[in-house]
Amino acid sequence: MLKITNLHASVGEKEILKGISLTVNAGEVHAIMGPNGSGKSTLAQVIAGHPGYEVTSGSIECDGQDLLELEAEERAQAGVFLAFQYPIEIPGVTNAYFLRAAYNEIRKAHNQPELDPIEFLDVMEEKLTVVEMDASMMQRSVNAGFSGGEKKRNEILQMAVLEPKLAVLDETDSGLDIDALRIVAEGVNKLKRPDNATIVVTHYQRLLNYIVPDHVHVLAGGRIIKSGGKELALELEAKGYDWLLEPVTA
Amino acid sequence: MTASIETLVNKEYQYGFVTEVDTDTIPPGLTEETVRLISKKKEEPEWLLEWRLKAFRRWQTMTEPRWPNVTYEPIDYQAHTYYSAPKSVKPLQSLDEVDPELLKTYEKLGISLTEQKRLAGVAVDAIFDSVSVGTTMKSELAKAGVIFCSFGEAVREHPELVQKFLGSVVPYSDNFFAALNSAVFSDGSFVYVPKGVTCPLELSTYFRINAANAGQFERTLIVADEGASVSYLEGCTAPKRDEHQLHAAVVEIVALDRATVKYSTVQNWYAGDSEGKGGIYNFVTKRGKAFTDAKISWTQVETGSAITWKYPSVILQGDNSVGEFYSVAVVNGKQQADTGTKMIHIGRNTRSTIISKGISAGQGQNSYRGQVKVLPKAAGARNYTQCDSMLIGNQCGAHTFPYIEVANNSATLEHEASTSKIGEDQIFYCKARGLNAEHAISLIVAGFCKEVFKELPMEFALEAQQLLGISLEGSVG
Repeated sequence: MLKITNLHASVGEKEILKGISLTVNAGEVHAIMGPNGSGKSTLAQVIAGHPGYEVTSGSIECDGQDLLELEAEERAQAGVFLAFQYPIEIPGVTNAYFLRAAYNEIRKAHNQPELDPIEFLDVMEEKLTVVEMDASMMQRSVNAGFSGGEKKRNEILQMAVLEPKLAVLDETDSGLDIDALRIVAEGVNKLKRPDNATIVVTHYQRLLNYIVPDHVHVLAGGRIIKSGGKELALELEAKGYDWLLEPVTA
Repeated sequence: MTASIETLVNKEYQYGFVTEVDTDTIPPGLTEETVRLISKKKEEPEWLLEWRLKAFRRWQTMTEPRWPNVTYEPIDYQAHTYYSAPKSVKPLQSLDEVDPELLKTYEKLGISLTEQKRLAGVAVDAIFDSVSVGTTMKSELAKAGVIFCSFGEAVREHPELVQKFLGSVVPYSDNFFAALNSAVFSDGSFVYVPKGVTCPLELSTYFRINAANAGQFERTLIVADEGASVSYLEGCTAPKRDEHQLHAAVVEIVALDRATVKYSTVQNWYAGDSEGKGGIYNFVTKRGKAFTDAKISWTQVETGSAITWKYPSVILQGDNSVGEFYSVAVVNGKQQADTGTKMIHIGRNTRSTIISKGISAGQGQNSYRGQVKVLPKAAGARNYTQCDSMLIGNQCGAHTFPYIEVANNSATLEHEASTSKIGEDQIFYCKARGLNAEHAISLIVAGFCKEVFKELPMEFALEAQQLLGISLEGSVG
């Protein structure tokens, strides 16, 4: 589904990603772990098409389509979803309006008819249960005045509604208490299907108790320095990152 | 920001065309003779000429205000033309007699004056340069006793009403531009709603400046008698011209006891090009006087003009009277706006609400200037002010100048202010959900302006929202 080959990306003069290669197949969950500043969030943002990063070489393909050729909104329409580490507030625009606008843009891109507010209500009702959210949340402004946990749940709600092929969760566990963590993780698990894939970017192993990855990759200094199965996450939890970093810095 | 966003939101001012009509235009310049000539052309009674002359003499002693936070080259008042009218406009028996060229102009602007295509429930007075082209739905209004006509016609048909209320809220000596207007005003709209009558239609005046170098100096007078109620909308456009054009209007509203007047403006004068060439200088005095238990509400969406200088105000004269001001002001390119309101609390238990939303893009400069004044007798007066600014890009500015004077210690005043910025992050968040940059900006801006848009009459709320999208052309740079 996703094929990243020797990806280099910079902000200004500073190179952050220094040759990332990663293949994610349909039905898989990949975890990307690593210390702070290793480039995890940058990778997530580059996949989604953040204009602040310049891709200097390498490629990202999704189902054979060159993502780097596409604007961020075209990637979203093609089925790429980024759950933001810090979801953005849009005062005055209701969650319901925003979600329907996004939903309809994606439908339009696939030549499907747009839904009116009444029709969309039915879609919403079903999806709200995925993240145990109350319908009243739909009338609040997008993320404005939401608690940290509400913001993250709102991201997963958007993911549930937009049904992406490839979801990238950027530090979705940060700042969540244990109950919110469970709700978010269960939401992600419920959305898992054989024809979609998820990349979980996280600093801690904690989230992976709930979302069990098929593959774990350790990112450091802008490179993937180790890949393994789910047991690698547990090993990192026990030993930290230092034992992996030494050979790199030496 | 990215070049792609810039090109995405590039749209032209779509009302910039010129109508070719034969005009009766007087030579540029302003002397007592000019004032007499305008009055004569309009076949005005002696008292009105006298009033104009007093205004003119006063104006000559006044100086242009320098306190607004705007900069422009000095205006040569002798270089402007103070009267221009299409030759074909004569007192008409019916709208069928209107010059087809003019009808076409209004069709192009989306305003239909012909019977079959009119907006249901809205009566329109169309002002072209210095004169009224026609007023629709007059007979329907007459059934309710409502008078809605051009100012010139009101002077002829209802002189007693005009004489009684003209200058009663904005005296000719009020300020430099009001004095200028009082001396040379050409046409405008007049509304009178009799006692206890709720006006059955939305009233609307559509102002169009066409002639080159001609200023527009219209005068609007709205009188709602005791217990009456009316909603009024004003729209404005002008062609693209390289020279600055002058627009100095006066609007007076009188809301007698228990009356309600709602006045909405969608101002879309030509703003000049991206280099600041051309565009309308908009120096407007708008004020209402609310008597006992009366309510005056101003809603404005200001997107055009090179310079805007405008403070729709309410004098809360009577006890329990209410004043409201809801404003969205957008500046882009090299536009400058200094706009806000004045709420003067005179009566007891008077209440006022001010919601101001300023949006600055490009190299635009947007200033909110508001005065809340509570006089000694205004026991129990209350004001709530909310003043929000939004910045798009790095070269624009937002400024806030609140003035608060309270002379009664039982008054309650609240003031809230905020400044935010549409950032790459907000746009990226929307893009990551499948919305393009243009859609993202209009969504974010519409959300920001929501509290004001909901005050606009239904038919115009959508128009205003679309207008904002157009005004922010190329703003993300």
